[in-house]
Amino acid sequence: MQPNPSTVTSGAVRRGLQGSGTHWPSVVFQVLLAASLLFTLVALLVLLADVLGRGMPVLSERGIDFLTAPLSSDPAKAGVGQALWGTFVIGVIVVGVAFPLGVATAVYLEEYATGSRLTRLVDVNIRNLAGVPSIVYGLLGLAVFVGLFKWLGLGNGRNVIAGGLTVAVLVLPIVIITAAEAIRAVPISIREAGYGVGASRWQVTAKLVLPAAFPGILTGIVLSLSRALGETAPLILAGAVLGSFSSGNADLLGQLLGPYTALPMVVYRWTTLPQDEFRQLAAAGMVVLLAITFAANGLAIYLRNRYSRVW
Amino acid sequence: MSIDSVTVTEPVIRLEAVDLYYGTFRAVRDISYAFPANAITALIGPSGCGKSTLLRSINRMNDLVPGARATGRMLYHGEDLYGHGVDPVEVRRRIGMVFQKPNPFPKSIYDNVAFGPRVNGIKGDLDDLVEASLRRAALWDDVKDKLRQSGLALSGGQQQRLCIARAIATEPEVILMDEPCSALDPRSTLQIEELMLELKTRYTIIIVTHNMQQAARASDETVFLTMGDDRAGYLVEAGTTSDLFTNPRSQLTEDYVSGRFG
Repeated sequence: MQPNPSTVTSGAVRRGLQGSGTHWPSVVFQVLLAASLLFTLVALLVLLADVLGRGMPVLSERGIDFLTAPLSSDPAKAGVGQALWGTFVIGVIVVGVAFPLGVATAVYLEEYATGSRLTRLVDVNIRNLAGVPSIVYGLLGLAVFVGLFKWLGLGNGRNVIAGGLTVAVLVLPIVIITAAEAIRAVPISIREAGYGVGASRWQVTAKLVLPAAFPGILTGIVLSLSRALGETAPLILAGAVLGSFSSGNADLLGQLLGPYTALPMVVYRWTTLPQDEFRQLAAAGMVVLLAITFAANGLAIYLRNRYSRVW
Repeated sequence: MSIDSVTVTEPVIRLEAVDLYYGTFRAVRDISYAFPANAITALIGPSGCGKSTLLRSINRMNDLVPGARATGRMLYHGEDLYGHGVDPVEVRRRIGMVFQKPNPFPKSIYDNVAFGPRVNGIKGDLDDLVEASLRRAALWDDVKDKLRQSGLALSGGQQQRLCIARAIATEPEVILMDEPCSALDPRSTLQIEELMLELKTRYTIIIVTHNMQQAARASDETVFLTMGDDRAGYLVEAGTTSDLFTNPRSQLTEDYVSGRFG
């Protein structure tokens, strides 16, 4: 009689298919991975809970007054109005300066100057610049921008424009790198198709490559902006005021060229003051800063999804 | 040769002793051939013999590859395509291209076809031009109700016909096709071949193909290249497709078209 496959006992097949039970190394590995995620989440949640727990009472008690009041030595009156204004102007300068400069640099590196030794050298250096400690950029801002405004005779040069430019230069490498990566991710076939119907390099770049890379570029911009708004160290050197000050009734130009501060500066300042009330104010300031950062990131996600769907 | 030997049957594209290089590597050597107008010429040969390189150098697409260069003469109506002052952008407008993998822009069907005319500043009714191009590419009936939808939502065969519509929208004289059916199923392949036969009344078509049956079915002339000992591609034999397939002069050609090699 020929051996027949169907004569194999079904029990043996089932045992074979079931394997030898639990594979412990994979279980351990999975638990470790989940634990890593949990660690990050718990750290974030503890931080958020702590900041919210101490900051929210101030915010709910003072309400809009906390957001508009100027700095003061009286914790009951002090607010982040001037800091919000400074942070807003810095954000505008970062978007207005770092965005066009960074995207233009990335376009040049990726579309025009590809392959040369100089380009590779520049590329490596930009990557290194992204890792330079921010305090170094503060020194640069002090020497160049503050010095420039002083030389121009605009007060002592320690104004919000100098601060904004310093932070713009600080995030420029990040903008360039993320924009260059987004541009590089556009398939070569899209470029070939454009050239194939007689488009010039400028037309291929402006009408095909940049729109396709736009969501990625936008993400880079907003992440850079979040980073810029949270920077403290370079602003200390670039002349942000640590104590309280009064802009009086200065017009817009006067406010732009006068003393300034920013949200992270104020938070830092308040944490160093002896009164306990100021530490609660600092927590409230952090809540405001976090809210701005989350809002910026949310906007980035919204815009990215919106522009991805235009196709 | 005297100047009065020029006749109305002057070929659109004439190659004279063309060598093509990538850096110091010679990819193609000593190609001379005249591509007849309003006909389909197939470039066949084993992988790596330089068919695509040759095709892409005709509309100066290979300018985009760092280190690529050409020697010899490539004439378009007697004018050297690599001559002094020739703008590659103008070359590509007259000599269009369809690629191996369908590569519609991430834009609407309408904008895909309208892109070429727009960047070239073609005047006239864009709607009519888009419709005419899509009709000529045998795609109009499939897409006329969804011109605003993404070109990427179409099937592979439809995408390739969209790419053909995009190529003919700029009113080129020559269309280069780099293995246009290699990513398509047999039915879509046949549709593209039927389309090519219709298009050749208006355009001169040069097609690279790995598919012997396709060359035999769809082309009027065939150029067979192979790779030499120096790894450079060279022209073994060229002529009318029926001659080359039924009565090859070279043993290399016979082996290749009969499937014994390659």
